[in-house]
Amino acid sequence: MADVIQLWQFPGGIHPPERKSLANQSPIRHLPVPQTLYIPLRQHIGLAGDLIVAVGERVRRGQALTEPGLQGAVPVHAPTSGIVKEITQHPSNHPSAIPEPTLVLESDGEHESITFARLEDPHQRSTQELLAHIQKAGIAGLGGAAFPTAQKLRQPQHVDVLIINGAECEPYIVSDDRLMREHAETIVQGIQLLQQIIGRPEAIIAIEDNKPEAIQAMSDAVAGYSHMRVQVIPTLYPSGGEKQLIQILTGKQVPATGYPADIGILMHNTGTAYAVARAVYHGEPLLERVVTLTGEALREPGTAWVLLGTPVAHVLEHAGLVPGPQQRIIMGGPMMGFTIADTRIPIIKSTNCILAPTAQELPAAATEMPCIRCGHCEQVCPASLLPQQLQWLAKAKDYDGLKEHHLADCIECGACAYVCPSEIPLVHYYRKAKAEIREQVIEQQKADIARQRFEARQARLEREKQERLEKHKKAAEAREKALAERAATATRPAVDAQDPVKAAVARAKARKAALQQADAQTVQQQAHADTASADQTPAQQSPQQARVAAAIARAKAKKAAATKQDDSES
Amino acid sequence: MSLVTGIIALVILAVIFGLILGFAAVRFRVDSDPIVEQIDEILPQTQCGQCGYPGCRPYAQAIADGDDLNKCPPGGQATIQKLADLLGREAKPLDEAHGVEDIKKVAVIREDECIGCTKCIQACPVDAIIGATRQMHTVIADECTGCDLCVEPCPVDCIDMVAVTPKPDRWRWDLDAIPVQVIDATTSAKESQHG
Repeated sequence: MADVIQLWQFPGGIHPPERKSLANQSPIRHLPVPQTLYIPLRQHIGLAGDLIVAVGERVRRGQALTEPGLQGAVPVHAPTSGIVKEITQHPSNHPSAIPEPTLVLESDGEHESITFARLEDPHQRSTQELLAHIQKAGIAGLGGAAFPTAQKLRQPQHVDVLIINGAECEPYIVSDDRLMREHAETIVQGIQLLQQIIGRPEAIIAIEDNKPEAIQAMSDAVAGYSHMRVQVIPTLYPSGGEKQLIQILTGKQVPATGYPADIGILMHNTGTAYAVARAVYHGEPLLERVVTLTGEALREPGTAWVLLGTPVAHVLEHAGLVPGPQQRIIMGGPMMGFTIADTRIPIIKSTNCILAPTAQELPAAATEMPCIRCGHCEQVCPASLLPQQLQWLAKAKDYDGLKEHHLADCIECGACAYVCPSEIPLVHYYRKAKAEIREQVIEQQKADIARQRFEARQARLEREKQERLEKHKKAAEAREKALAERAATATRPAVDAQDPVKAAVARAKARKAALQQADAQTVQQQAHADTASADQTPAQQSPQQARVAAAIARAKAKKAAATKQDDSES
Repeated sequence: MSLVTGIIALVILAVIFGLILGFAAVRFRVDSDPIVEQIDEILPQTQCGQCGYPGCRPYAQAIADGDDLNKCPPGGQATIQKLADLLGREAKPLDEAHGVEDIKKVAVIREDECIGCTKCIQACPVDAIIGATRQMHTVIADECTGCDLCVEPCPVDCIDMVAVTPKPDRWRWDLDAIPVQVIDATTSAKESQHG
């Protein structure tokens, strides 16, 4: 472990109180299965999959509830057995809590599983088979962004270094810490699989030096594996940020508009590596995850395996929440998390922590005061931005200025707001401005599409008009031509026969002869019909005549009936 | 003598530059007025016709020809401001004779009431309604600009303009609306357990 390898530093960073011992002293426990689970159909970045179960259906633990569909979405699975109660709009695990399509699963308490199909001989399998298996297991990045893991692994660029992120730099959160202590072997198995998929690059497991037990456990687990090492990094927030960790380990910076894969690096969370190993070696899809339950308002803080879809209220109840006045519940850590408005919201694939602080422990945001231009924020920004400048621009809604000052590079770590002596909620301003910019971009795209459609329609109408005119013109031409031809044919025989009158007389005679012949035929027919029985006569007539006859008969019958009625009435 | 030289020199220069300018005028000719394009770019492309012109592009042309900037209710004050900045004119408040700024809406056809007359299809400026004669019609919500033009021609009044509901991924982090709610966690925990 801890070879003497050069490490670099990212600019800025802060040392907030770690407060990790609150939750990392006890093993990961299991919470009782909740009565009702609220499983959002979309728990990753991307579109939701297609629902494949019906309301009222009984599902078993591990059964897929959605399938990737055309979009290649990450499926979600039933974390326990029970009945699909409804598919409804339920408050989402998002700062806005805007309701999202959610499957409500009523647990039957049996926790009965399907037979998990593990992948035999994974090391003999092709990359495609492994990726398909990971995709089917519903694995999305468990570090917090929930990016589909298979999609991340499928990137075409060559990868030199696989970084396994066990830094866990945010205060309070200890999910990865406990997972590494207790399941180091499984994590290493997962790392091996990840290496196999992306062409066996070197794997570096990065852990902050405030987790000695996890470092020890991981070092023991990687002993004997080549191309895999544990790298201890100094504790500094936000060293667990993807771009920051890459900079610490390699000294390279990820391009502003690019991905780590562009510089030959891929990063996965320890929890993701664990989930991959479970999926491949045990066939277990992603059904639960480690969540840190912490804060001084909890009687029993710690870490727990929580089924995806468990309402926050259930978790809090089993962590022994003692709510204080104005109790805040924070989803995520104190730096990057958000206060939730509703405890019905479910735990999803990206939830790593639920924090219930007391008012003394983490006072609610104080009143914002004016910026005094002290410049502290700029010194701690890990992305080398100018937070106070961004703040002015965000308040002025100068979105072009914000773009020029690279607002998009802000990782929203909250270091600037943490050091701000004026208690300005800087990150809120940035998030708001980012959302506005994104909205403008979407609106612009929609406007462009609308313009194209409008112009296409105008062009189509114009074309149709032209075609109609063309058609009319052609028809008119054809008419004229026909007239001219008729005139020509009318005059030609006259020229031939020398006498138009004779020709006309001849034509009239011919017609007369034809008529006579036809008459003779009908007479013959009539005679034939007479000899036949009377019933057949209508059938011999044309159908139209028959219909007319029938209608007359009906009318007569009606009349007769009416007179009869009149008679009886009178 | 020097006077004549000077005049000759100037005349020669004038001829040379005249030729250059004449050539440039032909060679680098711009067919459409670029300012119209720029104005059209700013307009919201709702194609609603509330400005009195049949679409955004004609209104852009009209603005370039000197019409008022404040006739676009869907764009609202933000669009007026942008147009004013672009054209160096004064930003006036929205002319309410043409309508008022409204929230974003999308047309929705009550499908079981639709008689399939295709009148709305003909009215839609962006071809966002699909259907055929005597077949049910429906609106492609993503393409609908919320222009309102399909509502009036409908003989059975089965088209509603519905406010667009926000989605989490397009939520705008409203600073004032970030709720720091006081929740009684034990009771809500019990409620969700039993309810």
